[in-house]
Amino acid sequence: MNKILIVGASSAIAEACARRWAQRGDMLFLAARGEAALKSIADDLKTRGANKVGHRVFDANAFDDHAALLREATAFMGGLDTVLIAHGTLTDQAKGQSDVAYALREVATNGTSVVSLMTLAGEQLAAQQRGTIAVISSVAGDRGRQSNYVYGSAKALVSAFASGQRQRLRKLGVNVMTIKPGFVDTPMTAAFKKGALWAKPDQVAKDIVGGIDAGRSIVYTPGFWRLIMLIIKHIPEFVFVKIAL
Amino acid sequence: MPAQIFSSWGRVTPSLHEPLGLASRHQALPLPQVQSGVAATVLPYGNGRSYGDSNLNPGGALLLGRQLDRFISFDAATGVLSCEAGVLLEEIIKLALPQGWFLNVTPGTQYVTVGGAIANDVHGKNHHAVGSFGNHVLGFELLRSDGSRRWCSPDDEPALFAATIGGLGLTGLITWATVQLRRVANPLMDSETVKFRNLGEFFELSQASERDFEYTVSWIDCAFTGKRLGRGLFNRANHAPVVMDTGAVPKNLPSGVATGSLTVPITPPISLINTVSLKGFNTLYYNKQVPDAVRTLQHYRPFFYPLDALQQWNRIYGPKGFYQYQCVVPPAKAYSATQQLLETIARSGMGSFLAVLKQFGEPASRGLLSFPTPGTTLALDFPNTGPKLHRLFAELDRIVLDAGGRLYVGKDGRMSGAMFKAGYPRLNAFLPHVDPRFSSGWWRRVMEST
Repeated sequence: MNKILIVGASSAIAEACARRWAQRGDMLFLAARGEAALKSIADDLKTRGANKVGHRVFDANAFDDHAALLREATAFMGGLDTVLIAHGTLTDQAKGQSDVAYALREVATNGTSVVSLMTLAGEQLAAQQRGTIAVISSVAGDRGRQSNYVYGSAKALVSAFASGQRQRLRKLGVNVMTIKPGFVDTPMTAAFKKGALWAKPDQVAKDIVGGIDAGRSIVYTPGFWRLIMLIIKHIPEFVFVKIAL
Repeated sequence: MPAQIFSSWGRVTPSLHEPLGLASRHQALPLPQVQSGVAATVLPYGNGRSYGDSNLNPGGALLLGRQLDRFISFDAATGVLSCEAGVLLEEIIKLALPQGWFLNVTPGTQYVTVGGAIANDVHGKNHHAVGSFGNHVLGFELLRSDGSRRWCSPDDEPALFAATIGGLGLTGLITWATVQLRRVANPLMDSETVKFRNLGEFFELSQASERDFEYTVSWIDCAFTGKRLGRGLFNRANHAPVVMDTGAVPKNLPSGVATGSLTVPITPPISLINTVSLKGFNTLYYNKQVPDAVRTLQHYRPFFYPLDALQQWNRIYGPKGFYQYQCVVPPAKAYSATQQLLETIARSGMGSFLAVLKQFGEPASRGLLSFPTPGTTLALDFPNTGPKLHRLFAELDRIVLDAGGRLYVGKDGRMSGAMFKAGYPRLNAFLPHVDPRFSSGWWRRVMEST
């Protein structure tokens, strides 16, 4: 049985992961913004077989509260094996490219708040010399594109930070896994027209849960995004500046 | 959200709807904008398994009921389960069966939502023993367009409870429900299949089996006229008891096949079901079983959900889609009416191999518009061949009407207003409970036509 903290537990991807963990009897501690959603998710996970489920209201941009969250989760579960960091917002690119305050707030929510949580969790897991930090970054962080570079740059921060932290902590017995979902059909993306590239949250959750079990480093989900991003990353800049992506 | 095309299981009338998401059972009911003074209507849409137009609301909005998919509680000591209305029956079985519980009533597919099962008061092969789905609902919350939340049960708001069971989503949105499950010892069914040569034998077998078998259903051949008319296979079963000797369970019992690993990947340009394929299939199917009776232990999935093994099987009828005709006729005229229905269908050469015959029993349905009532129910699919098919349906309607029967709304995409009103005498008691912002393509069709 694993003791798992989920930050951003009301996101569709996080909830789908939590259901898989609940079915195998893991212990869970959920953090998210809304009390009502947390309560109904916790009831659902208990019914599905979770060993024990705790929850707590949490605002990722209240940086002072991060250490307290980790303390409470650890105390509730009597330990900590895995941290899934899944919170985030879908940035309005048109607004973010001209509104400084909004852009910085988005970078905080999707980028620096994640750095804060990973730092604290990394030190705790390193001290016990085992555990996993799984962090949801995005294919959008692989290369800044005009359609979503405010969000993408925050995710690039997360990917680079995770890469370095993984290198440092791997030899201490701690895995840091970077998750890069492509397009996922969730309430966050409800307004988008869906095509063949779109995945369901449960497919993504299957890759995440399996990736953590296998101790993987970087998980593109669905897997074909690794190839798509490989191509996008290797488009020469003089071509890239002329195309619309 | 931009308008999207939604279709029902029969795929005859795909049409544009505004989808309205449901992020949580606690949120207010989303309603479409009032445009040019006209308030567009909404209808809950679950997993899209109703066949005709009762789950569609062309030009209006659909509430995406499947998104409410959280469990609330399950008591493994009493079998009482509470969950949101978008949970699939499949998910309930996955949760409850390992703890020794099963659904009291299940239709022929496990891919329906709890809300849809209530709104259509679905029935199964054990109707004669336990009634329909609504008979095992302890209560549900109904969210109305005026913002009120009503807890409905046999004791609280009993009139609204009776209107909503079988109420086709027209009385408001069911957000969550509490249902009673039943004990089972294992996932297996003790099942026996008996051949019958004609309709008379079917009625004899039915009568003889109802006391000792919880589940009875028959496949009946509608492809031939004359002597072969009315031949079929009668299936009767019970949940298997605790098996003391595990050696008695066949080692290679198929269970995985009916989980939907196969899919019809595309819609073929024409229906694959036609007179030629049908006669061949039915003869093979009937003669597959050589002895007169065969008893087997069967996993519950192939027993209850043989068609779930083939995902998107509705595509085999081609781009024009198909209709299912399901009627029930009361016992007094059951034999003669069923005989006439079979003869008429066989003569037309338009039916499909999925002809199902079953005797409904005494347990009274709770819903004002519930379909099940004592008598004989016949169901079969028809590839959509246009006007000549509608002429056949009109003939069948007359036989059903003369016998005092009715059609199943969850399967219907074409019945007239008069046919509906004749079959559902409690309609007037239902009308005051319809939510003014809720409607469906089916509802407008039967209420505005005669």
